[in-house]
Amino acid sequence: MAGLPSRHRSLFLLAGVVLLQVLMLAVQIKSDSQGRLIRVWTVSAVSPVERSGAWGIGKFRDAWRHYFALSDTARQNEELIRENGRLKLEIMQLQSKSAEADRLASLLNFKQKQAKVPMVLARVIGSGADANSAVVYLDQGLHEGIRKNMGVITPEGVVGKVIESYGDTSQVLLLTDRDSGVGAMIADSRIHGQVGGMGEPLLDMKHVGADEEVKIGDRVVTSGMDRIFPKDLPVGTISQVKPGTAFKQIRVRPSANIERLEEVIVLLTTDPLSLKPDASANGNAAAAPPAPGQPISGLTNTKPAEKHP
Amino acid sequence: MNDTFDLRINESHIEVHKFHGGTILLCVIIALVLQAFLPVYITKASILDLPLLITIYFGLSRRNPSTGLLLGTFIGLLQDSLSKTPIGLFGIAKTVIGYLASSIGARLDTEHPLARFALTAVFFAVHQGIVVVVQKLLLAQPQPWFTTRLLIACIVNAVLGVFLYHFLDRLRKS
Repeated sequence: MAGLPSRHRSLFLLAGVVLLQVLMLAVQIKSDSQGRLIRVWTVSAVSPVERSGAWGIGKFRDAWRHYFALSDTARQNEELIRENGRLKLEIMQLQSKSAEADRLASLLNFKQKQAKVPMVLARVIGSGADANSAVVYLDQGLHEGIRKNMGVITPEGVVGKVIESYGDTSQVLLLTDRDSGVGAMIADSRIHGQVGGMGEPLLDMKHVGADEEVKIGDRVVTSGMDRIFPKDLPVGTISQVKPGTAFKQIRVRPSANIERLEEVIVLLTTDPLSLKPDASANGNAAAAPPAPGQPISGLTNTKPAEKHP
Repeated sequence: MNDTFDLRINESHIEVHKFHGGTILLCVIIALVLQAFLPVYITKASILDLPLLITIYFGLSRRNPSTGLLLGTFIGLLQDSLSKTPIGLFGIAKTVIGYLASSIGARLDTEHPLARFALTAVFFAVHQGIVVVVQKLLLAQPQPWFTTRLLIACIVNAVLGVFLYHFLDRLRKS
């Protein structure tokens, strides 16, 4: 190497480094490992920054909403604005608190309805560094019992699944990712298929035969066949149907607001779960799954809850 | 040691820029954190590839193919470790971009905004091409070669690159 001209030296270095990474990829594919150690280091280094960033942005938003956003009004009429500003400030505070309280109450209500299913509430603190994939990071991890392949939902519907879990952080593959998939069926006709991401806001429902009757507006729910999500959780609503040769081309609008996630629920079990009728609703809750956007009534675990250290 | 020095290739007169200690590392970390953090609050920010822009800028500025490709490797591997992709996918792509950027930087004057826009757009396309090739050939993952989203991302990143590079120029040792 020392005797080579510098141009050739860098070419050799380029070839060597690329070859090394190709080998590294090959080893990961062969052993099905994903370089966990380097990921743990990087995530451990980055997640505290993201956590503080999320905290800082929350504070900045509060400060902006509650103080600076009122400065324009103050210029219009000083006397009026004092009174008006105070009222606006109170309204904004109340709205902000009310929205947060509604969100948290909905999550808490959902959690309380099925005490048998272990689950944990988590906050989204970051997203993946790859523009082509839909991945988010949560502020809860191994210490709270989160493990790989656990389902992640909101009261509105399915969000994705945990693909990696670290100490206080976990990585979730969203339903909109190209590699994502969930066993699903159309709620009314019970036609089975598979719903997956396309890297776009809409989802793709596959394996629905061309001769099946499918309408725009039909609700799609989980089938429970993937053994990650319980049966009858809302997945989305059919927004496009095109005829195909063997299968229909179906697009589904997700029930959960996947593009604007703030808090989610992680189901702390990989055992099969099923919906149980809501005590406050009529007795058909199990037979009729909740409409997309409507809170899920309840879950029961068909096996004893998994014990996590 | 001089803060800046001249590199003469084929009688051309190209300056190699140096930066204060820790500047490059700090820029890399900020780019990676923002890349992972911004899309949570601004959904459209997911089309940005800040680590790529940093790789291109420091490659073009330092004009040393060896350090350019090693910096690309470092940034790419960190980006891989923050993504769900196997470690090495972005590593390979950014290694090649780091090498190309520093090689081109050593031959051309790349200070003009138009040159920077064009180079960033080309490097973005090459980077995407390498990622797709590796995904198709090594990982057997079908990926589209071209989408409208990629075209928009290419233009947006190139425009952002021009402004970002102008800001990063201020961090050079005078």
